[in-house]
Amino acid sequence: MKKFAAWILLLVLGASSTPAFGFPLKAVDTPNDKGNDITLSWPAPPHPPQQWVVLRVEPGKSFAAIDTIGGELTGFTDETAKNGVKYRYRLAGLGAGGAGLFSDYSQEAVAEPSWFDTGKRNVFIVITLFLALVLYYIGQAQRGKIWNFRPIAGLAAIEEAIGRSTEMGKGVLYVPGVQDIDDIQTIASMIILGNVARMTAKYETPLMVPANSPAVYTVADEVVKGAYSDVGRADAYRSDLVRYITSEQFAYVAAVNGMMLRERPAANLLLGAFFAESLLLAETGHETGAIQIAGTANVHQLPFFVVACDYTLIGEEYYAASAYLSKDARLLGSLKASDTVKILLILTIVLGCVLLTLGSPGLAEFFATQ
Amino acid sequence: MKREIPLLISMAAGIFVLIGFFVPHPAIRNTYDDIQQWVIIVVAFTYVLGMANLMRINTEQIQRRAKDWPYKLALVLSLVGTMIVGFFFSRGSHYLDDRTGFSWIYLTFYSSMSSTMFSLLAFFIASAAFRAFRVRSVEALLLAIAALILMIGRVPIGNAIHPAIPQIADWLMEIPQNAAKRGILMGAALGVIATGFRVILGIERTYGSEGGG
Amino acid sequence: MIAFLANLRRLDRRWIFLMVGLLVVAPLLTGFHIAPVKPGSRAKGFYDAIEKLKPGSTVLLAGDYDPGTIAENYPMHLAAARQLMARNIKIIGVELYPGGPPLADQVLHLAGAEYKKREGYDYVNLGYKSGNEAVMSAMGSAGIPRTYPADRSGTPVGRIPVMKGIENFSQIAMIVSVSARYPGTKEWVQQVVSRYHVPMIAGVTAVSAPEYYPYLQAGQLQGLLGGMAGAAEYEVLVNHPALATRGMDAQSLAHIFIALMILLGNLAALPQRSPGARQS
Repeated sequence: MKKFAAWILLLVLGASSTPAFGFPLKAVDTPNDKGNDITLSWPAPPHPPQQWVVLRVEPGKSFAAIDTIGGELTGFTDETAKNGVKYRYRLAGLGAGGAGLFSDYSQEAVAEPSWFDTGKRNVFIVITLFLALVLYYIGQAQRGKIWNFRPIAGLAAIEEAIGRSTEMGKGVLYVPGVQDIDDIQTIASMIILGNVARMTAKYETPLMVPANSPAVYTVADEVVKGAYSDVGRADAYRSDLVRYITSEQFAYVAAVNGMMLRERPAANLLLGAFFAESLLLAETGHETGAIQIAGTANVHQLPFFVVACDYTLIGEEYYAASAYLSKDARLLGSLKASDTVKILLILTIVLGCVLLTLGSPGLAEFFATQ
Repeated sequence: MKREIPLLISMAAGIFVLIGFFVPHPAIRNTYDDIQQWVIIVVAFTYVLGMANLMRINTEQIQRRAKDWPYKLALVLSLVGTMIVGFFFSRGSHYLDDRTGFSWIYLTFYSSMSSTMFSLLAFFIASAAFRAFRVRSVEALLLAIAALILMIGRVPIGNAIHPAIPQIADWLMEIPQNAAKRGILMGAALGVIATGFRVILGIERTYGSEGGG
Repeated sequence: MIAFLANLRRLDRRWIFLMVGLLVVAPLLTGFHIAPVKPGSRAKGFYDAIEKLKPGSTVLLAGDYDPGTIAENYPMHLAAARQLMARNIKIIGVELYPGGPPLADQVLHLAGAEYKKREGYDYVNLGYKSGNEAVMSAMGSAGIPRTYPADRSGTPVGRIPVMKGIENFSQIAMIVSVSARYPGTKEWVQQVVSRYHVPMIAGVTAVSAPEYYPYLQAGQLQGLLGGMAGAAEYEVLVNHPALATRGMDAQSLAHIFIALMILLGNLAALPQRSPGARQS
């Protein structure tokens, strides 16, 4: 009730009288948003009030209080503005130190939705450049251009590992990580699984794919089914090749370790996003004597894989796997584009460091995301 | 057609989400947000498929008395038992409250077994250190020295031996470790973008195979 | 000597497991003490960030972990709740792990009882919500009450005093993230700190701590606790040595043992040293 009375008083003072205006108030449409937002900013007065009452007026109406905020603030976002309406604002001090403290009227501000987030301009440029390069190199690949890429031992070893399993009459265990299907590492893992399943189908090697998420299970099952069908071995596909285990991290580890110890696969392929379970899986796999190939972009888990596995695909090597395995010219074209962008990025970083050292922050600021 | 339609859907969805990242306008962003909600709903439905797969595979093996079938029986009984306790003996929607049957299962079994699995890491790190950390080159020697400083520097005994040890450990973590990691991360980020493009442009065959389609 | 080294090479790893077990259990059972815990700069940053908050302000305490990482995350979670309550700061607990809410409840109830804080008035646990980073994003765009219409026990947020006036991140003075992996600290930084500029501090598992150093250097995190060592340093700062501090002697011995294992492993490999590792 006391607060309501204070508001009425403020409305009367703020809207009808002509008090001494204290300080400027700036109101602008919040940039790069969905609309319905106007951002207010003002300089901190020498003696801030306990609270500010934010007053707003629109054409044909009188000032109304829309919010009460802390007196220490120097900015506010009005998230209740209607798009296309011209608003003006005022601030009125409330409580200790607030009596008679008013801002100037702000200029008119209109909330509008943005069609392009200019804060992401740098990302847009890099992505567009990347896409252009991918398309260019794919075009070159289709015209018969061949590039040489450094051999990645871990990828060459995948076929060797499957061959070894076939000779020993044992299976291949494929662990697609512990993230869901919305993670790009899991998607990359599904792509590699397609290539691996083609090989196991061709060699008639048993394949085991324990999934940590039901979505991953669904996709992996389709991928394996498709791969068996692609190489004309649809008859060899069984619905228990891919199985859902559990979404609980350590229960999953216990189950996969159990499979390693009981089924004794000759090859363990640990490809995907891994966390604390990486060493638990890799050490158990090592204990069973299986050849182990791991790949992840989770940098903090790489040391564990490096010590416990025979081969480790590090970061981008992991993402390059499907291109290497399929040897499809178009996929190799995308690798070429990736390498080109990397060189450009390195040059940009070096240039940015030099310019920054020389006192010119323009390039560094352009690439800042905050 | 079985190959083309899913490919077109994934291309369209991929391109739309990519555009949605740059365009905050509600005309795009609202649909962009809706698609993210659809993903959550679709994923929720896959739990039904996952559960069906789990039950089918394990009950079949129990019926056939396949190898290690008692383990499968333990799994099925635990699953069904937990569900029964959760649904019927845990105060309905308050099943997570203290002193319900479900929270008893959580604290007695789940909590202790999960912690046990995680704690195995300590044992495995020790055995991996003994077995695999070989100093075969100058680089490996540097790595071993850095590892020893870090291990000692991260625990109180490091400071007790010499106050400089934790400082060197911090420097190792903040400068060389960070630099190397950022290099790997940048390469991986490019790999992420390239993989995204390959899927969106439909040149990854896995998503367009005949059977899988 | 060569025979000894050859035998060492064939050492059954269960002896190593036994030694680790003994070295970890002995200090915990006997109270054997090696060296005092000295807080480092990252833990001090975590502590100071909370000390700078105004009493009466509200923080979001995200407990994104489950029993799997209790040993590392729980002590830091509890110590953070203690410091927040000691400073009369209101706490809104949220969890993005389905296994997280009972642990957050335990932390809040324990610290609440110690500092005589009332549930609903001084703290609340909104509980688990599925959707990972989409939940974080929704808390900013749709608002916290719309994302979490009720607390963990089903009380509508409109009837919870501590939630009064809380609309979105504008009313949150700081995010305290205690996390194990995904979704966790990284996602809070990306979804909330970057967009809404809310100050944030984090406590994470030791194995994932290096991942967050860039955020710390960039100022997106004001403090970081890494694993049990970080939690122990923080317990010393809040003047409430507890679980993590007791565990540090065990961890010290385990670290020394692992260092010894590296040396022994290399000694054992001396007789058979040959080039040609399989590792790529």
